[in-house]
Amino acid sequence: MSRPDREVLRTLIRVQGIVQGVGFRPTVYRYARDNSLTGYVLNDSEGVEIELVGEAEAIDRFIAALQDAPPPLARIDSLSVLVREVAPSPTPAEFGIVPSRSAERGATLISPDIATCEDCVAEMGDPGDRRFGHPFLNCTNCGPRYTIIEDVPYDRPMTTMRDFVMCHRCEEEYTDPLDRRFHAQPTCCPECGPGLSLLDDRGVAVDNAEPVAATLDQLARGGIVAVKGLGGFHLACDGANDRAVAELRRRKGRDEKPFAVMARSLDDVREFARLSGAESLLLSSRERPIVLLEKREPFPLAHGVAPNNRWIGVMLPYTPLHHLLLKSGEPALVMTSANISDEPIVKSNAEALERLGGIADLYLVHNREILIRADDSVVRAQEGRAVHLRRSRGYVPVPIDLGAAPPPVLAVGGELKNTVCLTRGRDAFVSQHIGDLEDERNYGFFQETIAHLGKVLSVRPELVVHDLHPDYLSTRFAGELEGVERVQVQHHHAHILSCLAEHRLREPVIGLSLDGTGFGTDGTIWGGEILAVDGRRSVRLGHFKPLPLPGGEAAIRQPWRMALAMLMDAFGGVDPAWAKLFPWLARPEAAKLSALLLKSYPFVRSSGAGRVFEAVSALLGVREVNTFEGQAAMELEMAAGKGRGLRPFDVQLEGRDGEPWVIDFAPTVRQLVEARLNGEERELLATRFHATVGHSLLSAVEKAGQETGLSVVALSGGVFQNQLLTSALARDLGARGLTVYRHSLVPPNDGGLSLGQAYYCTFPDNST
Amino acid sequence: MSDEARIGIGHGSGGKLTRDLIDSVFKERLTNDYLSPLSDSAICPALGGGIAFSTDSFVVSPLFFPGGDIGKLAVAGTVNDLAVVGAIPRFLSLGIILEEGFELEKLKTIVDSIARTAGEAGVQVVTGDTKVVEKGKGDGVFINTAGIGEVRPGFPLPAGPAAGDKILVSGPVGDHGALIMSLQSGIDLSSDLESDCAVVSPLIETLKDSGARVKFMRDPTRGGLAAVLNELAGDLGLGVEIAEDSIPLREQVVGIAELLGIEPLQLACEGRIVVVVDEADAGAALAAMRGLEQGAQAAIVGSLVPAHPGLVVQVTGFGGRRIVDMPLSDPLPRIC
Repeated sequence: MSRPDREVLRTLIRVQGIVQGVGFRPTVYRYARDNSLTGYVLNDSEGVEIELVGEAEAIDRFIAALQDAPPPLARIDSLSVLVREVAPSPTPAEFGIVPSRSAERGATLISPDIATCEDCVAEMGDPGDRRFGHPFLNCTNCGPRYTIIEDVPYDRPMTTMRDFVMCHRCEEEYTDPLDRRFHAQPTCCPECGPGLSLLDDRGVAVDNAEPVAATLDQLARGGIVAVKGLGGFHLACDGANDRAVAELRRRKGRDEKPFAVMARSLDDVREFARLSGAESLLLSSRERPIVLLEKREPFPLAHGVAPNNRWIGVMLPYTPLHHLLLKSGEPALVMTSANISDEPIVKSNAEALERLGGIADLYLVHNREILIRADDSVVRAQEGRAVHLRRSRGYVPVPIDLGAAPPPVLAVGGELKNTVCLTRGRDAFVSQHIGDLEDERNYGFFQETIAHLGKVLSVRPELVVHDLHPDYLSTRFAGELEGVERVQVQHHHAHILSCLAEHRLREPVIGLSLDGTGFGTDGTIWGGEILAVDGRRSVRLGHFKPLPLPGGEAAIRQPWRMALAMLMDAFGGVDPAWAKLFPWLARPEAAKLSALLLKSYPFVRSSGAGRVFEAVSALLGVREVNTFEGQAAMELEMAAGKGRGLRPFDVQLEGRDGEPWVIDFAPTVRQLVEARLNGEERELLATRFHATVGHSLLSAVEKAGQETGLSVVALSGGVFQNQLLTSALARDLGARGLTVYRHSLVPPNDGGLSLGQAYYCTFPDNST
Repeated sequence: MSDEARIGIGHGSGGKLTRDLIDSVFKERLTNDYLSPLSDSAICPALGGGIAFSTDSFVVSPLFFPGGDIGKLAVAGTVNDLAVVGAIPRFLSLGIILEEGFELEKLKTIVDSIARTAGEAGVQVVTGDTKVVEKGKGDGVFINTAGIGEVRPGFPLPAGPAAGDKILVSGPVGDHGALIMSLQSGIDLSSDLESDCAVVSPLIETLKDSGARVKFMRDPTRGGLAAVLNELAGDLGLGVEIAEDSIPLREQVVGIAELLGIEPLQLACEGRIVVVVDEADAGAALAAMRGLEQGAQAAIVGSLVPAHPGLVVQVTGFGGRRIVDMPLSDPLPRIC
């Protein structure tokens, strides 16, 4: 009797996940050979297909090996055996890697762009290696992906490397299944790869023999150089040169918004910033985000890098070119996105010359095209884990598993810090950071990203989800789309859902949704919301007291106006004795605005929590006019000490029958003014204010818990970028036995809205 | 003040009181060959190139404001609507709804203003109607005017605007809207601002005489420059690009807009025109308008472009490209 496991079997295996462009097939090849299996492996637009012919035991060993030790950049979402049968004859003689095949349905995942791996860095630095000093080297474990891929399946002709014909030696590596560069689509060497050039502002090459050396020379002399990177250009200058940094600010027209720096190594980072273990890990992760670190005092880099800021954004080199620039040059370079104000990052050489004229002295460019823009990601380590402030290069387009599959959805996000999200099955693909749609170029980038994501994911959305705000450009875009069903989700509801989506949480929760501004279901502006969220249902249990925005959007740019509104609300007028405390009361507009407020002029009203922080920032003399969005609130947080157990100010929590209750900070404002008149320390007051907000939210959650019986709380919205508030609140809620959910995959700010909008569609529509 | 000096319900009865009101207030001030209280309709001569016909109703608070009043507004508004399609304004109708108790002297001032403005515009008020509503059911005076103008075929050019054409405005925008909002607030926000309310026919005649290839004209009333440009972009399927620095805007208007939370480009004008001309003729059109006092601050503000169809983009000092929207309802902050 023949033993069945001695029989020769044929199996057909389908693997899905991030399995292309990550050295998956060479690994499959090695495991097949190790186990004496024959057959083939191929890429198609659904992932990877593997045929194995051999003994059952060998096949099982193969599957176990692949699952236990996939290639480092791969992520196996599913491995299914489609066929397992007695092998028909003739059986294949060897195992082969066969050309890619395109299939109908798409399920392939595209890898994000990955920082240059250690092996490649070592080759670059080895004078004996043929890629010594080569600014474009990469392998299956690293290099450009998302930003150069035009379509799937991921093969060189579908990338912007298509124009570079591989030399004989690169080709050999590319076709050798045991080589680290086997099917590394963007692989190249100095002989066959792209090249650098250093251009002046007319686009004329200045030094093509030694462009890197000439760039370093320019940087050392205090110059500003536009450097083409992975997802776009950076503007670089010496981070320790005060004059260079000041000049960059002047030319960019950027007053105080901090610049990110790129440092050579963790040791170099330690020279100017404090570094925890979690922060070191984030800095050196293969995604290489900008990590917000606490500055060392005295700060050895230029003051102008991050003025009036306790924090500095730092990243490590992530392309070969960065390594070359930092290896022999300055230990820390300012590397700020090459754009003016909030437009999309510059990606092409022509665009750089056109838009950065007058800013950059020189342009270090290359001829590998960036197909799709991706800004640097920004994260912060909070209690040992990453909190995203901007999720972009390195993370996109890694999908987030929603746990349930909606119909194919396009969620178009909000207005500021926009991202979009496409779903395919259970996977939600949140786009890179797009920015503020008010700018026409960002709106173009938004449309470009929607088209590109749809193409590389092979998804045609059936639903388009948008915000409730009628004037958002994303709403307008959604309204103009044809052949899709429209769904709208309230802003703060979407915030909470984005947090729930990260955790695949489907139960009802109390949602604390705190941000600056969002359109409410009653047509007014919301932003300090305590919601009961149950899938598609959201009930407004309570909210911050709506206050007039004196001068509309001007009140958002000029927090002193909000401070005035809060004073008028708390006291009913302005006391001349305050003149010394609040110098802005002497502004000519202040008298007119107080007169208008006194007459109850119908200013737009907002319950935005962010506005309260900004008003208090102005009341404490921290910041009265923003030079960038959210500045006053950030500086208020920085002004606060780390003191705990401080007595909060009084807050009034008013309930009315059948109406959402109101959290009123008027008593806080009265006490703050009194404390300032008594000359109390700003740091102490800022700390007490944070404790006050935390305490009021704690009471609100308790009240919400009594009303709803819920004991799970989700925190979302831009206000939860405030570490001081978030940490204390999460701790206090936890101490009361509540389960707290926070963000760790997408930002708590509006960059997460699109994910929440998409998650909405995973819940059944019970309205019909 | 005595009862006789105020409007009573009887003034709208159609009887003797009505007749007295018409005789003492309207007929005396608006007399011309075609206005006859004895006839139910005005009989007017035929107009050569066809007629342009337009109507508009006027409700403004306050009724009197620096630079004009509801009477001037009611004539200029309809006359301007005729003029911007290239027609010569000829005849007007005047419908007035008065609130019981309205002061007669004020009515006379308004009708004086109507007469003076009609004289400037070269139009004749040939028919009219007066009604009175009970106290509390009106806001002093509501006026409707309808107008007939003589069309001049070929002006503006029938082919319409195209990409590359230049966009001009005849003077500072938003004065009227800012002034009225400021007055309505009840706070003295800017003492020296005047409404731009005026008849625009002289501007249009000088443009026609200049020989510039004019392709489109519009008076930016409700919704302001932003509304006109958005409609233009939407209707033509082209983009509009304007330069922030080139748009004439008075400091007081910007100030009021920042105080009240409004977009200055969405503020109404009542005596300005937006003109689209062939690129090559922009200089000539500008010079022609600047030759008149009411066009002294005319400016080339932008152009029609093939990019971003349907969107109006304002290029800011630092090279930003802000989308200028037309709000669907009350302006609400989009930024958070």
